[in-house]
Amino acid sequence: METALRGVAEPEQPAARPSARQARKPWAIGLSAVVPGVGSLAIGRIAVGSWILGIWAIAMATLAVSTEDVSRTLTVGGVGHWIALVTLAITLVGVWIWGILDVAVVATRPVKRAGVSQWRIAGRRFRRNRLAMAGLAIMVFLYWVTLMAPFLAPYDPNFQGNIVLNRYQSPSMEHFLGTDKFGRDIFSRILYGARISLSIGFISVAISVTLGTLVGAMAGYFRGWIDTGIARLIDMMLSIPRIILLLVIIAMFEPNIFLLVAALGFTGWEGSARIVRGQFLSLREQEFVQASRALGYSDWRIILRHILPNTLAPIIVIATLGIGNVILLEAALSFLGLGVQPPTASWGSMVDDGRDAMITAWWISTYPGLAIVLTVVAFNLLGDGLRDALDPRLRT
Amino acid sequence: MTGYILKRTLQAIPTLLGVSTLIFFLMHAAPGDPTSIYIRPDIDPAVIEQMRKNLGLDQPVHVQYVKWLSSFARGDFGYSFSQKRPIIDIIKDTLPNTLLLSAIALVIIFVVGILIGTIQAVRQYSWVDNLATVVAFFFYSMPSFWFGLMLILLLSYKFQLLPASQMTSVNYEFLPASQQWVDRLKHLIMPATALGIGGAASVARYMRSGMLEQIRQDYVRTARAKGLSERVVIFKHAMRNALIPVITLLGLYLPFLVGGAVLIETIFAWPGMGRLIVQAIFQRDYPVVLAIAFVSAIMVILGSLLADILYSIVDPRVTVEEGEA
Repeated sequence: METALRGVAEPEQPAARPSARQARKPWAIGLSAVVPGVGSLAIGRIAVGSWILGIWAIAMATLAVSTEDVSRTLTVGGVGHWIALVTLAITLVGVWIWGILDVAVVATRPVKRAGVSQWRIAGRRFRRNRLAMAGLAIMVFLYWVTLMAPFLAPYDPNFQGNIVLNRYQSPSMEHFLGTDKFGRDIFSRILYGARISLSIGFISVAISVTLGTLVGAMAGYFRGWIDTGIARLIDMMLSIPRIILLLVIIAMFEPNIFLLVAALGFTGWEGSARIVRGQFLSLREQEFVQASRALGYSDWRIILRHILPNTLAPIIVIATLGIGNVILLEAALSFLGLGVQPPTASWGSMVDDGRDAMITAWWISTYPGLAIVLTVVAFNLLGDGLRDALDPRLRT
Repeated sequence: MTGYILKRTLQAIPTLLGVSTLIFFLMHAAPGDPTSIYIRPDIDPAVIEQMRKNLGLDQPVHVQYVKWLSSFARGDFGYSFSQKRPIIDIIKDTLPNTLLLSAIALVIIFVVGILIGTIQAVRQYSWVDNLATVVAFFFYSMPSFWFGLMLILLLSYKFQLLPASQMTSVNYEFLPASQQWVDRLKHLIMPATALGIGGAASVARYMRSGMLEQIRQDYVRTARAKGLSERVVIFKHAMRNALIPVITLLGLYLPFLVGGAVLIETIFAWPGMGRLIVQAIFQRDYPVVLAIAFVSAIMVILGSLLADILYSIVDPRVTVEEGEA
């Protein structure tokens, strides 16, 4: 892999960054200190400048619509509100500092000529992929929204209000995406539902990828009967469709969020195990592993410290694509009523809520579904982009 | 060739045994046993004890396991609590419906996917290619149950073109034979599309890259130089080779179809195994749940066996590798 990456590194020209190595411009720094990003735009760093300005605008707009929430946080408090306030403050300060640093330091930094690492090359290739960057931006934005949900949501997600008057309202200025059969605001519920989907996605993929990596590493490194046994186990797991296995596990116990995370985490490890196993099979024969063995290192030290870091690239890719997949599965289970239980807002169960009123209130099912599509598209774009950047040979 | 098929078939047996073991232990890991629903103050504990004895639950686990395995091998899956009849009968009723739905969805996956992928490859970087790539990406990322609902919303409610649920209309029995076919087909279109569209999107992706690889080969240039029409070059020469990797996907999509059927059948009230397992879970009818899990595993194992054999026929270079995961 390293040789391949080095080969690609050659055509890197200093001309690719025309704005680098500029003289320091105090007026631009001043501009950026007033409105982050404007200074970068003024000295011709259009892409970075637009990003900074855009993020600043979103954060400021959030602050503008949530002044009441901010004052409530300071007087009444509440953990969710404090997290949101701190997130907002970090975002604003962070963007402000980024805006100044970009003009004052990054733009004036001389172009480095030698010593480009594998990860830096991949990062550069990734940044050039516009679709992947869009996926990354949507993903970061979604996680930001989950933290900011108490400020951004106009209503409490489970607030029913006057149920007779409020139910089945079509989208309006008061309720952006309408209300459901209990008069709950769909927009607020989608914002809070993002918390469920994204956190379940992240945690269960963390579990399954860790498990898969360990299992795959053991199979590929020790080979022999361990490998055969694990291969058989994987064959077995793959022959039961994942959703049916999940249904069986959930059926045996009471559906709740922890069971869901555990079940999703312990069923999706086969993919990463296979890939890591393949990588280990080839890497274990290489000289650096022989050298570590000759130095008398223990098997686990060789596995964890020497071979594993070399398999990180495909693991990252499979984890990213896995999150999209797990979000779809969680939505499916919640849709069937076997995942996240009401009244907690989850995108899947929201789609289910709208099923009995499809004709009169189409918005109840439609918008949460669109939220799922947007999120999964973002993770898939990001995953594809990472794959192209980290290992171009894997491209389909 | 025969040797390969035999070897591959023998490999499927331990997998099947493993799956049934896994299912057995899942059943035992669950809190309580089948008699626990009868534990009530008005029922004598001695009756429960007798029930456990009758069901063989008082025997050691390994004895239970062997007995359970031998009855499963004979197709005796036990008795459904909720429907009050043998599970094998229920499966006989529902399995053909699921197979029909999955088969049509499989046809959609491969026909649509291969066609679109080929068109994309032939017209690489044209607006058709770009549009298809974007659309395929969205379908690939879309929850099938949501897409199914949107189909119902648009095609059934808004434009009233297709029926929203069940396999046949209410007046199916009274229709003439020719109309019955049309009726069944109308009921199939939406569920099969919803089930197959995600797979079709990813087949299109594989097909596009496979086709692009083939089009650049020398033998394609030779075929063109011979003066063959573009249609013949693409469909007879290039496609044959581009299809080889796509056939391996067949085995990959079977679990996807069997699993996806759970959601699609629930939405479209399709009387198949997928809807049955969801109903059984809500009725706490565990033997049915486990039997369906087992039958779907058999379907997947047989399917991938079939795909591998097909692959070895198309590409005779394939052999069984030892220890291949």
